[in-house]
Amino acid sequence: MDQPAIDLRGVSKRFLTPSGGVYTALRDLSLAVAPGEFCALVGPTGSGKSTTLALISGLEPPSEGEVRVLGRPVAGVDTRIGYVFQSDAVFPWKSVLDNVAAGPRYRGASNREARERAQDWIARVGLSGFEDRYPHQLSGGMRKRVALAQTLINSPEVLLMDEPFSALDVQTRSLMENELLELWAASSASVVFVTHDLEEAIALADRVFVLTAGPATVKGNYLVDLPRPRNVSEIRFQPRFDQIYQEIWSDLRDEVLVSYERQKRVGAA
Amino acid sequence: MSVRSALARLDAAPPRAQVLNRRAEAVRKRRLTIQGLRLLVLVLWLGSWELTTRVGLVDKFFFGMPSGILERLWTWVTEGTALGPLWEQVLVTMEETVLGFLVGSVLGIVLGILLGRNRLLADVLSPYIKAANSIPRVVLGALFAISLGLDLKSKVATASILVFFVVFFNAFQGVREVDRNLLANARILGADNRRLTTEVIIPSALSWIAASLHISFGLALVGAVVGELFGATEGVGELIYNAKNSFDANGVFAGMALLAVVALAAESLITALENRLIKWRPNPVTDVAI
Repeated sequence: MDQPAIDLRGVSKRFLTPSGGVYTALRDLSLAVAPGEFCALVGPTGSGKSTTLALISGLEPPSEGEVRVLGRPVAGVDTRIGYVFQSDAVFPWKSVLDNVAAGPRYRGASNREARERAQDWIARVGLSGFEDRYPHQLSGGMRKRVALAQTLINSPEVLLMDEPFSALDVQTRSLMENELLELWAASSASVVFVTHDLEEAIALADRVFVLTAGPATVKGNYLVDLPRPRNVSEIRFQPRFDQIYQEIWSDLRDEVLVSYERQKRVGAA
Repeated sequence: MSVRSALARLDAAPPRAQVLNRRAEAVRKRRLTIQGLRLLVLVLWLGSWELTTRVGLVDKFFFGMPSGILERLWTWVTEGTALGPLWEQVLVTMEETVLGFLVGSVLGIVLGILLGRNRLLADVLSPYIKAANSIPRVVLGALFAISLGLDLKSKVATASILVFFVVFFNAFQGVREVDRNLLANARILGADNRRLTTEVIIPSALSWIAASLHISFGLALVGAVVGELFGATEGVGELIYNAKNSFDANGVFAGMALLAVVALAAESLITALENRLIKWRPNPVTDVAI
């Protein structure tokens, strides 16, 4: 195998809780993502999926272990990485155009160049004519498009996505998923896509990692050998999709149950 | 079919233009009613005041009377005050207020953002700031009158110290409440520390700061007038002080009316400024119906 684009080796992450305790989010987690590969990370809620992304992005340092991205150990935020957040993270005080142009401007492009490139990306995500709107004037799906354009304009070599479409309605969601696959196919980025929706993970990804209930470690690693290009709203009806789903679900179910039992206990206590 | 019945109902409904007209009519009527009732309240209030003082139910020596207040205002406008022309007094008070407001706001915003960004500085200074905030700051006006003299400086100082704390606490809090996701996003997009401050933290804190500007302009006016009460040679506060010394209740009320007009004018200016500063907000405070 080539050198992986993303390589986590024996990574642990602990946080201090406000009450002075120690919370272990990740324990001895190892995973590798090949260059250009689309990976999905699934696991029960609170299983440290977002923490994994934070470590890859350099927003958080690992407590133990090593995180390497594109052959280099991660030290701080890396400009070769793009990150689409779960909640709305577009700047509410910037127009669509200025939101999309933010990345190039921060990276030293002139104002004019940044705006021209932003215009191009706004057209690519289908928001032409909305350049001057503020985020609060857009629908949730449109705000996600802004977030995608804002991230992809920097042509990241590694794209991290944290449940980006979880707040969208079902129709908008499969539209956005197809658009994402198209945009990704036109790039050579490696993707780590976090979701708790196994169907979404299989429909999008080349490889699915199942995480255990926290502290998270990799429980299973499945290759999704469905043909590309895919249409996410149709691929779910293929027999092979079902087979893969069954296989992964048998692994995931146990973890979901563990996580559920634990929450019930916390709720009862 | 339900679609057909719905269509039939649409046909039966009055045309759209007619509906809109009727709605506009209702809105107009309501506005007229409110204006009328407002006028009524004013007439009742001033009328009962005038009447009770005129028949001697209330002593006009202590409480003044509306016609007397108007008369006093008229004399001030036409013949000038004991301190000089009226517009000069208003201008002096306005100058003190605006300067105090500017100095206090700028200091408050700068220090608020500085301390909001710097944990160590905030932790070191917080007990002193809390202590300073807990004393009734208007008494500092007395100190300023001694140390800075009876001219402009002492009033500006009193006004700005009142403004400073309000703006400071709002700016500080605004910086602290910045959405962590937005910060993370900006860092990923490549923003350095300076950019984080100018592109995320300040815009985000602006809505807090803008909210404080409303209150603080009023406080600036309080500061200027209190400063004048502690000792001055001109200004609306000094006018009021003089009226008080000569047991002229009408004069005190007339001064108050002047201050109210000034405050209302300033308030509308600040609302305009606020709407400009944070036009990205979902619900800008336009005209609240009060």
